[in-house]
Amino acid sequence: MAFIWDWWQLETIWNHLTIILMAFITMFTRSFFFIPDREIRWPSWASRGLQFAPIAAVSAVIVPEIIMTNGVLISTLKDARIYGALAGLAYFVIRRGKGQVVMGTMLFGMAVFLPLRLGLGW
Amino acid sequence: MFLRKAYRQHPAFRLGLRDMAGVAPGIAAWGLMTGVAMAKSGMGFSECLLMALIVFAGSAQLAAMPLFAAEAPMWVILATSFCVNLRFLVFSAHLRQYMMMLPRAERMLSGFLTADLSYVQFIRRFPQGPESDRDLLMEQQAYLAANGGLNWATWVLSNLFGVLFASWIPQHWGLGFAGMLGLMGVGLSLLSGQQHLGHLIRLIAAIAAGAVAVLAVSLPLKLNIVAAIMAAVALCLLIEPRLSHPSNQHSQLRGH
Repeated sequence: MAFIWDWWQLETIWNHLTIILMAFITMFTRSFFFIPDREIRWPSWASRGLQFAPIAAVSAVIVPEIIMTNGVLISTLKDARIYGALAGLAYFVIRRGKGQVVMGTMLFGMAVFLPLRLGLGW
Repeated sequence: MFLRKAYRQHPAFRLGLRDMAGVAPGIAAWGLMTGVAMAKSGMGFSECLLMALIVFAGSAQLAAMPLFAAEAPMWVILATSFCVNLRFLVFSAHLRQYMMMLPRAERMLSGFLTADLSYVQFIRRFPQGPESDRDLLMEQQAYLAANGGLNWATWVLSNLFGVLFASWIPQHWGLGFAGMLGLMGVGLSLLSGQQHLGHLIRLIAAIAAGAVAVLAVSLPLKLNIVAAIMAAVALCLLIEPRLSHPSNQHSQLRGH
């Protein structure tokens, strides 16, 4: 039974503990301002400004993912992501944002992206 | 949460499921590729499984895997996770007005399940908090429970699938791009939807945040995302009074 507590096992348990704490960080950060029961008085500019946070966050996440590779702007037009994103945008505009348009944007974009990526290696 | 029968029977529960179902394939593709990346990063198998099961934070998982592979100290991994998750502090500040009528444990469970897309879709459906309206609180919580619950289930299952079948799925296919396209569709819905914010100011927020995220991309720990949110919000606060003045005067004129 000596193998149970050898260094490798200890390291694995340590890693598991780290991952459990990561899950707590997910909960802690997502519910950060829900935790205190007492009233929080926000300055009025803060509550006005928060209304811009959703669109800003979405844009901040996707724009670098679409137009950058490894932290550098795309320098070639032979990149499947450009055409996938444009196709998704075109679908959204044609459908005027009605119905299950998010799914359509994604499927239409992937229908353009995958042939270019797999067929042409863009 | 979704454990409550009253939430599951509320009509808003189905609405929450339907909204999330529209982006679920993108989340699944993104979760699948994150699972594949974890399995190929040099992390141990049991670590991959545990992370896929309980962490539920894609960008934090992506940031942590090279650190596990490099045997970085625990505090470095946890500090990295915290910084990558900093945007959720902003979201929780926004969502607080919707949550405070619930007991703390339920608030924290709801918070855990409310990732980026649930936050965005929820705010789009419900631009105003429930104040003291119990029915509206019920409707909002039913929506959020369904939406966040489906997001969680989609993520965990696809992530586990990616870990288990990593050798079947080449990373160069770029399936994770589907997640970005889904997020783009959500962003476009936010831009075009009828809200009490003007279209122009929302477009300015999107452009400013995208530009700052690109310019600040060399910041470590995905802090460019946080910098972009802060910069876009600050810019919009500065220019909003000028943009809204003419329309205010216009409505006053119409009123007379």
